[in-house]
Amino acid sequence: MNLRARATIQAMLYLDHAASSPLRPQAWEAMAPFRDQDYGNPSGGHAVSRRAKNALEDARDLIADLLNANPLEIVFTGGGTEADNLAVKGAALAGGAKRGVVTSTVEHDAVLASAGFLEEVGCPLALVKVDAHGLVDPAEVASHVTPETAIVSVMMGNNETGVRQPIEQVAEAIGSVHPSVAFHTDAVQGYVSERVDVESLGVDLLSLAAHKFGGPKGVGLLFVRSGTKLEPLIHGGGQELGRRSGTHNVMAVVGMAAAMAALESEREAFSTRVAAERDAFETTLAGLVPDVVFTAACAPRMIQTSHVRIPGIRNEVLLVRLDAAGVAASAASACQSGAATVSHVLEAMGMTPAEARECLRFSFGWSTPAGEGAAAARLVAREVEALR
Amino acid sequence: MKALVAMSGGVDSSVAAALACESGWEVLGVTMKLWKGPGGEAPTAGCCTVSDAEDARRVAAHLDIPYYVWDYTAEFMSGVVDTFIDDYVTGRTPNPCVECNRTVKFDRLLAHADALDCDKVVTGHYARVDGSEGRYRLRRGVDPDKDQSYVLSMLGQEQLGRLSFPVGDLTKAETRSVAADLGLRTAEKADSQDICFVGKGDYREFLASQGVNPPPGPIVDSDGNLLGIHQGVTNFTIGQRRGLGVALGEPRYVLKIDPATSTITVGTREELGVTAVLLSDASWVDRPVGGSLLAQYRAHGDAVEAEVWHKARPVRVSFAEPQPGVAPGQTLALYRGDEVVGGGIIHTTS
Repeated sequence: MNLRARATIQAMLYLDHAASSPLRPQAWEAMAPFRDQDYGNPSGGHAVSRRAKNALEDARDLIADLLNANPLEIVFTGGGTEADNLAVKGAALAGGAKRGVVTSTVEHDAVLASAGFLEEVGCPLALVKVDAHGLVDPAEVASHVTPETAIVSVMMGNNETGVRQPIEQVAEAIGSVHPSVAFHTDAVQGYVSERVDVESLGVDLLSLAAHKFGGPKGVGLLFVRSGTKLEPLIHGGGQELGRRSGTHNVMAVVGMAAAMAALESEREAFSTRVAAERDAFETTLAGLVPDVVFTAACAPRMIQTSHVRIPGIRNEVLLVRLDAAGVAASAASACQSGAATVSHVLEAMGMTPAEARECLRFSFGWSTPAGEGAAAARLVAREVEALR
Repeated sequence: MKALVAMSGGVDSSVAAALACESGWEVLGVTMKLWKGPGGEAPTAGCCTVSDAEDARRVAAHLDIPYYVWDYTAEFMSGVVDTFIDDYVTGRTPNPCVECNRTVKFDRLLAHADALDCDKVVTGHYARVDGSEGRYRLRRGVDPDKDQSYVLSMLGQEQLGRLSFPVGDLTKAETRSVAADLGLRTAEKADSQDICFVGKGDYREFLASQGVNPPPGPIVDSDGNLLGIHQGVTNFTIGQRRGLGVALGEPRYVLKIDPATSTITVGTREELGVTAVLLSDASWVDRPVGGSLLAQYRAHGDAVEAEVWHKARPVRVSFAEPQPGVAPGQTLALYRGDEVVGGGIIHTTS
């Protein structure tokens, strides 16, 4: 048993990149000097600290360049959830009487729970519904914006279904009538699928998490367009221009920048490769399990995600079988105890709880080897067959 | 042999998992998440807390077995919690642990065991299964203080043949000692006593939190004389003596709960005695059994001598001596010696 379990771990087909991707070697390499050479506190005043500070600011310059932003518009955070919290709460709390929040029903919990908290403390909240494909209507989003609204938050790509929201059109719809309202997008998944240019997206705030694209866990960033008012959530030494206090995780920031650079340097090849694996997965699976339903297959989708429903098969059972067969996938977002709960995203798209419990997410990333998509699909089909 | 072990995060199921591993089985550990707090968050007291699942996960890691958490909160809500509330509202005394075993736990575990090619489902119950194909017996656990055969009395042959309760052969002290010897982190963990979704509070507070607020009504004696006013029928169970708010010299007990008229009838201990009950949902471990048996009508009560008419519809049980505090809604388990032969839910008392 034990030996077999160990062997299984090594042979795993890893199709859960939307949960986390392995560290890119370039990131690991870039982080190495910060173990025993450049370990100083970047806010200090001596040579060791200066080296750390320089590395931090080099990383900021590089990242800003890649996102078409100004370096001062990049705020480093402890991950995507913190970036979302800072965007939503920060904008609402900085707005004075203008403190309302407009967001969609399919956002990540980091946004929805922040919005829920704000509502509890008296900020008006409007939740915009999505259609059966999980898409918001930009005009409808704009119609919820009032003079009281401080922030609109609509995600770029959905972490469960992979649906790509029309955020450019949302930005345009809001901006044309309410130019003073901040528009935030959670691009934690979206950035994996496509290059992000904050100008062409038209966003004021944008969240990223490093570990989704081959950087380390526990580090992320919030792009904050110059002039956007933001109340800090973490007070202290005033780092990040007072927007996020706390000693910088220099090593992680440097790793994030290196992972972004690695991704952008191979963006085209990455997209071709990942999309090919995802498509091969879907084609193979559809051939072997003819009744499989690909969620939102008609909607614009990110390249790295395949969200499927296999009628009559409860996802928790299939996931255990896949785990034993060496395929790592996931159901809805996992709560703290690790139980897959019925997804609010699928519910918002009109799925019944029973249907939602038949859904699985397979996601591909930078380390996915050629052929893994089709191989995984064959294993999924084999386990589905065993359950039928 | 491949086994699915239900791990709650307590010491009993931790040891059950460890013993399953020791017998050379290939083991999968699973925690069934049954209850969540009002806002959907994990509760902080009772079962299903994050720390319980965390303990189970750590024990599974210690045993080097795969571990999963499955969400059954919806099934638990409709199968157990709603029934619990409904029972109190209709003047009955529910037994949610039995209801959970009956409608959620074993049903789901056995179905999933099938789907995962597991031969056995293992739990940490204090009860014993023996016998072989075609004639499995369900017996009380070795430790009389911990025996849980009562809450398993609805199990039949098909289920028992696939179940294993490894700690049923141990006393609680032995279970803890096995856990300590194996270095399991749950070895010293306190027993859970409460109804998992009610937690440490009173069930009345739980009912109120679920919006159950029945109106006040009269407290009368068996002749219909008004003795006082109560604050809602859900505050009472049959046989209850405390909290009646009537002072009458000799002790008075709740005899009858009538939600339709919000009336609580009280009387003396003699009047409380029940001589016979009718069972709904009667089931048998093997074949139906009648005649002289032992009947247990409370989870931690004694088994008393009874005569069983198993061919009657519904099944009728009469006690050799009148019994106090027999409440509709409670489970009655039937024993021959230490062997469970069947049981049912008390529907009517007389």
